[in-house]
Amino acid sequence: MKIDPTSKKREHYLLPGTIISGKWHKNQYKIVKKLGNGAVGTVYLCDHQGNRAALKISSSGSSITTEVNVLKTLKKVQGNGSLGPSLLDVDDWLHPSGTRYSFYVMEYVNGQGLSSFIRSHGDEWLGTFMIQLLGDLEQLHRSGWVFGDLKTENLLVASSPPRVRWIDVGGTTQVGRSIKEYTEFYDRGYWNMGSRKAEPSYDLFALAMVMLHVYHPGRFDKGSHPEKTLINKLGSTRQLKKFHTPLKKALKGSYTSSSQMKQEIASLLMYRPQTVSKPTRTAARKAATTNRDHSLLESIGILIAAGLFYFFHILLI
Amino acid sequence: MKKGTLKQILLITDGCSNKGENPSAVAALAYEQGITVNVIGVMEDNQTENDGGLQEVEDIALSGGGVSQIVYQQVLSKTVQAVTKQAMTQTLQGVVNQELKQILGPNQSLEDLPPEQRGEVMEVVEDLGETCDLEVLVLVDTSASMTDKLPTVQEALFDLSVSLNARIGRNRFSIYAFPGKKAAINKVLDWSPRLDSISSVFPKLTSGGITPTGPALKEAMYQFGKKSLLRSFRNENRSDVEEA
Repeated sequence: MKIDPTSKKREHYLLPGTIISGKWHKNQYKIVKKLGNGAVGTVYLCDHQGNRAALKISSSGSSITTEVNVLKTLKKVQGNGSLGPSLLDVDDWLHPSGTRYSFYVMEYVNGQGLSSFIRSHGDEWLGTFMIQLLGDLEQLHRSGWVFGDLKTENLLVASSPPRVRWIDVGGTTQVGRSIKEYTEFYDRGYWNMGSRKAEPSYDLFALAMVMLHVYHPGRFDKGSHPEKTLINKLGSTRQLKKFHTPLKKALKGSYTSSSQMKQEIASLLMYRPQTVSKPTRTAARKAATTNRDHSLLESIGILIAAGLFYFFHILLI
Repeated sequence: MKKGTLKQILLITDGCSNKGENPSAVAALAYEQGITVNVIGVMEDNQTENDGGLQEVEDIALSGGGVSQIVYQQVLSKTVQAVTKQAMTQTLQGVVNQELKQILGPNQSLEDLPPEQRGEVMEVVEDLGETCDLEVLVLVDTSASMTDKLPTVQEALFDLSVSLNARIGRNRFSIYAFPGKKAAINKVLDWSPRLDSISSVFPKLTSGGITPTGPALKEAMYQFGKKSLLRSFRNENRSDVEEA
């Protein structure tokens, strides 16, 4: 068996309009356009009875089966959450040339890439997305799984309301095992900052790298002191200054759960700096003054009433 | 099913052999003994994949039941671990397929099962890949043209050890270089559970002009221990697992 780019290239050749028909379930899907390449196989936008869906196809049946297993598990775990796209169909397709392809069909997540969303909508979304991601990760970790291949390319921001979603679950691994699939830049093993064992802190390291990648799209080399390189990069990224402490902790593997990191980031986001609280204090004082005015008027009124009563009392006598 | 030990030879080379037996024939022999042969061909920056000299890389892996990949040295780390892991899955899938044939009949393989049942079988394959013991003998071509690539090879092997040691199963690695001074291969690192001790050994390697890939592979086969030779992985299910 040979794994090289040429064998992948052959799979890319599904032209728009191609009909993929399932061998087992007999469903038909019409290819609309290519959406992207995963580590295994290619993802296409397709049309099934007027509905849009994403179709991932590969000549490696075992890899497709492995990913389908993960999607099925996520389905059980997630309840009404958003852990990965939902799975619609799994099947084989016999290409006219005789090659057998395996494919699965999933929900089509229409959205904008994380980096481009932040560039066009502003840095303030970053914290919100981190909170959303940490919430999803928490749920995933608690059910015994680790995402593994967390990277900017695997994250999409679905619109109205903006919600960050992950789209490629190929690296999802059971806690305690070795990470199934990773990308060097986001992998703590590559940076000499930890093992490739699936544990919550593995995902948190990758999450911190996602944040760095948003502002360093060209990536960067690890140099001779990988840890120093990372900490320096983090320190010099102005937009991430607010989250410096939690991100550094995530890189160093200090968190044992996503909820710890989520709490720290949430408290940073909810924190109201001095400039905001000052006008509040004057407003309170103003409110107090008006209250004092009210009580003054009130006492004058009471005095007048009392005076009137006294006056009538004198008249009556 | 009791877990055995997967045995792999990982050959890292940059071109064709020019001395001794045909390496593909030796690789086929190794495969018969239950040892998978994987090959990584390292290209020069100005070389292309269609270069004739690298055809041999694919042929050796094909006869050796393993995986081959031709890469530029920049992506060597990622490739070494991917090839090793994929070869494990491939071997285990082969074993599971054999079992399936015994249960379901000779014409049934994983692909003939409907997708729903395939998932359960793949889970078994994955479990095995995570928990089985693994022995990898790394055979590095140190002929003259490889000299400047050796630091990258070293880094890639360290990375391999990081990946495999995250598994639940045990690992044993050894490193041999060829051509050796007097013998076909030179021992660089004896069987050990980790590869981080190699940094001190690699720079000492001296490179020569000839590339006797065939004889080197043959010699490498014998480093897995006489006891396990002549027994395929499948028959070995009941045998004792060597301690790491």
